[in-house]
Amino acid sequence: MKIKSEFLPYLLILPAFAYLMFFVGYPLAQALYLAFTQNGAFSLATVRRAISDYYFWTALKYTLGLAAIIVPTQVILALVLALVMNKSFKGRDLSIYALVIPLTISDVAAGLIWYSMLSPYGFLNKLLMNIGILDNPIYFFGYQFRHMEFLAIVLAELWRATAIVFVIILAGLQMISNEYLEAAEVFGATYWIKLRRIVIPLLKPSIQSALIIRTLFAMQVFGIVWILAGRDIPILAGEGFYQLTEIKDYGVASIYALVIAGLSILLGALYIKFMKAEYLEVKR
Amino acid sequence: MNDETKYMLKQLAFYTFIFVVVAWIVVPLIVATLYAFAAPKDYYDPNKVIPLHFTAKYVKTILIHLGAWEAIKNSVVVALLTIAISFTLGIPAGYAIAKFIFPAKDTIKLSIVALRMFPIPVMAIPLVILYIRLNLIDTRLGVALAHTAMALPFVVLITSSIFAGVATELEEAGMVFGLTRLGSFLKITLPLALPGLAAAAMFTFVMSWNEVFVASVLTLSHRTLPAQILSIMAGSSGGAAPDYYKFAAAFIMTLPAMLFVFFARKYLITMWGISLK
Amino acid sequence: MVEVRLENLKKYFDKGRVKAVDGIDLTIKDGEFLVLLGPSGCGKTTTLRMISGLELPTDGKIYFGDKDVTYLPPKDRNISMVFQSYAVWPHMKVYDNIAFPLKIKKYPKDEIDKRVKWVAELLQIEELLDRYPAQLSGGQRQRVAVARAIVVEPDVLLMDEPLSNLDAKLRVMMRAEIKKLQTKLKVTTVYVTHDQVEAMTMGDRIAVMKQGKLLQVGPPAEVYLKPNSIFVATFIGAPEMNLLDVTVKEDEKGLILEGESFEIPLPEDFTPLLKDYVNKTVIMGIRPEHLIVEGISEILHVKRRAKIEGVVDFVEALGTDTIVHAKVGEKIIKIKLAGNVNVPIREKIKIIVDLDTMHIFDKQNEKAII
Ligand SMILES: Nc1ncnc2c1ncn2[C@@H]1O[C@H](COP(=O)(O)OP(=O)(O)O)[C@@H](O)[C@H]1O
Ligand SMILES: [Mg+2]
Repeated sequence: MKIKSEFLPYLLILPAFAYLMFFVGYPLAQALYLAFTQNGAFSLATVRRAISDYYFWTALKYTLGLAAIIVPTQVILALVLALVMNKSFKGRDLSIYALVIPLTISDVAAGLIWYSMLSPYGFLNKLLMNIGILDNPIYFFGYQFRHMEFLAIVLAELWRATAIVFVIILAGLQMISNEYLEAAEVFGATYWIKLRRIVIPLLKPSIQSALIIRTLFAMQVFGIVWILAGRDIPILAGEGFYQLTEIKDYGVASIYALVIAGLSILLGALYIKFMKAEYLEVKR
Repeated sequence: MNDETKYMLKQLAFYTFIFVVVAWIVVPLIVATLYAFAAPKDYYDPNKVIPLHFTAKYVKTILIHLGAWEAIKNSVVVALLTIAISFTLGIPAGYAIAKFIFPAKDTIKLSIVALRMFPIPVMAIPLVILYIRLNLIDTRLGVALAHTAMALPFVVLITSSIFAGVATELEEAGMVFGLTRLGSFLKITLPLALPGLAAAAMFTFVMSWNEVFVASVLTLSHRTLPAQILSIMAGSSGGAAPDYYKFAAAFIMTLPAMLFVFFARKYLITMWGISLK
Repeated sequence: MVEVRLENLKKYFDKGRVKAVDGIDLTIKDGEFLVLLGPSGCGKTTTLRMISGLELPTDGKIYFGDKDVTYLPPKDRNISMVFQSYAVWPHMKVYDNIAFPLKIKKYPKDEIDKRVKWVAELLQIEELLDRYPAQLSGGQRQRVAVARAIVVEPDVLLMDEPLSNLDAKLRVMMRAEIKKLQTKLKVTTVYVTHDQVEAMTMGDRIAVMKQGKLLQVGPPAEVYLKPNSIFVATFIGAPEMNLLDVTVKEDEKGLILEGESFEIPLPEDFTPLLKDYVNKTVIMGIRPEHLIVEGISEILHVKRRAKIEGVVDFVEALGTDTIVHAKVGEKIIKIKLAGNVNVPIREKIKIIVDLDTMHIFDKQNEKAII
């Protein structure tokens, strides 16, 4: 048997592509079916049931709120770290290794690790009390300390997921030819001008992909919140999980899934529209 | 003297910054590890910032009585299955993207990137219904199939960049000297790509190892480690788990990831396109 | 515009293991076009980068006029540079690339516009101002890099192999244009290249470098006609200068150069120069274009000559020139003849050496004796 070589690449890609299409297409169709039908006919009953729940809007608010605080902070933090790690200094490689450790740590583990830092008998409280800064522990956990729980989640997420932004931006930074910067320097640019006029514009594609990745994953945030706050801080994925495993309401769970998908597509599209780097798109 | 002092101060500030950054990552890991083995009386002693008495009791309890050991086995099986399936499907696709030029290549690549971004909860929740029908619910294969959907775009993209790094001339030389395209791939490209593929496999392993949502939704008695930990530590039943169990659980989950970073640190970095000096 | 003075300039890398630049003394006159010439790795780029301030010297001083700029950062030197890869910023349109140095120096807007237009006209890139670098050819990008470098009227213009990424034809064209531009602007210029033709055609003076040291500095004709060492002699000129081992002998009539298969009696005026080398081996150097084949090419103005015999081994016909490879003893000598000449292979020929264009080098230190 001889396969015509022009079809070969398609043939090689097909299995992977079909697999992915199935695992995306089928759940999407199923979710739409579960969300918008009742007894085989179109119905908005499930939608009404979902959005009349206090938790729905709270989850939406907290999910977006967490993302709005965490993602920009991560990008700025990662940018600073990448700029520093792009210099050459003693111990640079070791520092980079340390910074990427969280890449491999799960959200559940990260939640637990930060619990050991922030619990009433945790490291931070005991340290601050022993050196005399605090008299009583700061309480981070429990429904009555919801704002502190929020802060704990932010800290843990910054700790866990800044690494991915860092590697993307550092890789982008290393792709910028040194001559671009030296040219700017020769023509009189200071460090800040170089950063603002050369480095950041050239990093735009990297920053854009980091922003997209982080924002979309922030829409799905689950383990870290579930460990640190449970339903004190409701989030979309958590509510979907709760509806599915505790209430067994597949319809409402599907609506949470669809809201996450819808937000992801919307935000992804917005980023691509408003952050495009014009110079990469010009035709030769 | 003035310039020199200024320079020294700058250096000092710089290294302080580096130190703070590294400490911010490393200290929680050290603390969690210490606390995992701390005796409760040390942990609950407000004057002992660093525990002095240690016990492996709670790590053991979690492993043996709370099902973590079983869950670890499940996790390993799921992760290996995920690697097997996603590499079987992903390597040919990655190879095609790296080595062939064909219309629609960019579109296909882009849609794979887009699929990489597809939210996992969206996939998992409706999947439950299908899995019940197919008797895949609460099976390790079922979780692995879902994890494959999560890992596959990554595998395709990373293998394509690995294969792109192996010069096409080497493979063509193989064909000139009488190998078939497949033979040339197996004898020349694959061995050269092996270190990169090994790192990608390890990363896939970690992805599956860490994934909690799909595993929690799709299993009950065959839970993977994060799902098992989540169910004993959080939610309605687990909120009351004593703190030292939480730390023990964190340690058990983090250890393999740490070993991965230790052994594959170079590849972990270069996989993202970062060069070390 | 200033005079640039380098005093004992040194740059060592890797804790002194790599001596990239090893003690250079050089004065570049105000408005001069100086070419730094040398093989790759000899330290040209490093020298240029120290003049620009991108690299700090290990030792030595750099003066612009009377001002010591050795440790000044680039931005305080009022210099411009054309990079080997052009370093035209990809995210800025051509206009913004050229305007960048002006914006940094806080020129008023209308002045910026006027200057960008002026320099764009000078380099004939007016139509490209609204394009991104990705939309330009290599040659156009090169022009943008030059435009950007001269738009501020720098005190010193530095160029690092600016033509090496262009194809041959464009290179010849840009060579002339850059030279014309520099003559017009009268800006002190340091131009780095490893291409001796570029150096010969463009430089007011050429500074030849080897392994971090300056070997010879002088106008192109001087470096060509009076190379001070074997290295300079062979690096400049193509094909390379022929080198032959000869022994200096003395008989009653005077000195003789004795080669493997020939003898060249020398006129009297050589005697004082070579008297220390009697019975020693020296190296005779003759440029291929200064050799003549008896009976084939015309003997026009050669006053003092010697004849050596050879056998034609191989002939390269280049159209405008013919390169004859002749075997003299065991050695191959190249002879460059103008035009398309027919020289049969394996033919015995008589090669005429013009004694006034002949060079003699010390075999030990490779310095020129004559
Ligand atoms: N940053 C550096 N670190 C170590 N060695 C260097 C560095 N820059 C240049 N060198 C070495 O210095 C020598 C001169 O380099 P360079 O000035 O670039 O030569 P050229 O421009 O004449 O080709 C070379 O041997 C090169 O390897
Ligand atoms: Mg160079």
